[in-house]
Amino acid sequence: MAQTILPFGPQHPVLPEPIHLKLTVEDEIVVDALPALGYVHRGLEKLCDIRDYNQMVQIVERVCGICSKIHAMCYCQGIEEMMGVEVPDRAKFLRVIWSELHRVHSHLLWLGLFADAFGFEALFYQFWKIREKVMDINEATTGNRVIVSVNQVGGVRRDLSAEQLRWIDAELKVVEAQVRALRATTLDDYTVKKRTKGIGVLSSAQAMELGAAGPTLRGSGVAQDMRQLKYAAFDRLDFQPISYPDGDSWSRCAVRYDETLQSIDLVRQAMARLPEGELSVKVKGKPEGEVVTRVEQPRGELLYYLKGNGTNNLDRCRIRTPTFANIPPLVVMLPGLELADVPVVVLSIDPCISCTER
Amino acid sequence: MQAILDFIKSSRIKSPWLMHFDCGSCNGCDIETLACLTPVYDVERFGIVNVGNPKHADILIVSGTVNHRNKKVLANLYEQMPHPKVVVAIGACGLSGGVFREAPNVVGGIDKVIPVDAYVPGCPPKPEAIIDGVVLGLQKFAEKSLA
Repeated sequence: MAQTILPFGPQHPVLPEPIHLKLTVEDEIVVDALPALGYVHRGLEKLCDIRDYNQMVQIVERVCGICSKIHAMCYCQGIEEMMGVEVPDRAKFLRVIWSELHRVHSHLLWLGLFADAFGFEALFYQFWKIREKVMDINEATTGNRVIVSVNQVGGVRRDLSAEQLRWIDAELKVVEAQVRALRATTLDDYTVKKRTKGIGVLSSAQAMELGAAGPTLRGSGVAQDMRQLKYAAFDRLDFQPISYPDGDSWSRCAVRYDETLQSIDLVRQAMARLPEGELSVKVKGKPEGEVVTRVEQPRGELLYYLKGNGTNNLDRCRIRTPTFANIPPLVVMLPGLELADVPVVVLSIDPCISCTER
Repeated sequence: MQAILDFIKSSRIKSPWLMHFDCGSCNGCDIETLACLTPVYDVERFGIVNVGNPKHADILIVSGTVNHRNKKVLANLYEQMPHPKVVVAIGACGLSGGVFREAPNVVGGIDKVIPVDAYVPGCPPKPEAIIDGVVLGLQKFAEKSLA
């Protein structure tokens, strides 16, 4: 059988973002995949030459519009560690609340897009309808739906009143009930299982060897989550990573479905244990030294390497994102698949190209 | 024959097909554009359909900054769209480059590469603002279609 090379992307209906895959196919079967990146590269790490370390918070938030809060949190934690700043307890809990809300909306967004990838448009609309409630919470508490911009070096910029906490709790009850109602349709449906079970398998050994991260790793049976590092207020919350053993697209979907409910629970825990106190501390001096920080993004481990030189501008701000870690596993998953399954498997790693290319 | 052409001219205004291209955006504008299609905002009630093929599209929605790699892709997509066509640029990045305008790999706003008919400011703009921008674009589209 002769081999054909098919371009997949950069503009493709299933992908909201430009990624380009060169798929080598024999008839309908994929035998090789070669990713080509760079369509979203802006070079924003270099902006630390002209923006000072406080302004960089707003720049790193725009690395990715889906997990902006978590990027800013990771960056702030790094600068705070470098400068020896102890963040107030209330700020730590508020950071957890907003970052877990981000995880809820990111996972709901993904569950919808995934449903769309295998042609279940009604489910896509259901998940996005539920997600709007979380976006409303973001807007009501921070003033913006997507880029919430609540972090600053030394703490957070906004507070939640008791009334807002009660309202968030009531809204999350509705969200939780609606997500639970979709469980059977998302995970037990015959058609969904047909399209996802046993498709794009990544064994746990492969996942470890190729350095997979986040739900892609946990879907392969490795219960590893950066939240186990107990950053921010996670040392005072009950948290156990979720994992499924099969390593196929269905397992990755199940991990994200369960994590959605888990994050709602974490928000509740954080709201119940929210201590009184200051929102931020005054930061004096200039960052100097090197630091590496890691947090768990909806897509996996996010790593920041920051190097200060005693001036307002950082020497280096290096960002390593989970999708970057998940592309080698993706290239392993694709060969042997039918061409029609490629969109499902590509989406199953939850690619965030703007993170990867920055 | 003229009657059929007139019919096409007036009806394509009522059912514009839309294509979205992410041109180096941070995803913020993209998910807000997608949110317009979902039940809460539901632009399909205006006859708008999201398509992935530039040869089917009347309106091109572009979000994000243009960089040196994707400017050719953007120009190519625009060239492939049939006349009449309208371009709506979304978000601060699409307008001027936004916070990234001084970044090394950024060319600038969308209008550096292709002509833009409507601009939607915001970082990211709310779905209501995007719908408003598309409606403004539709007015231009009607002018172009009936001209």
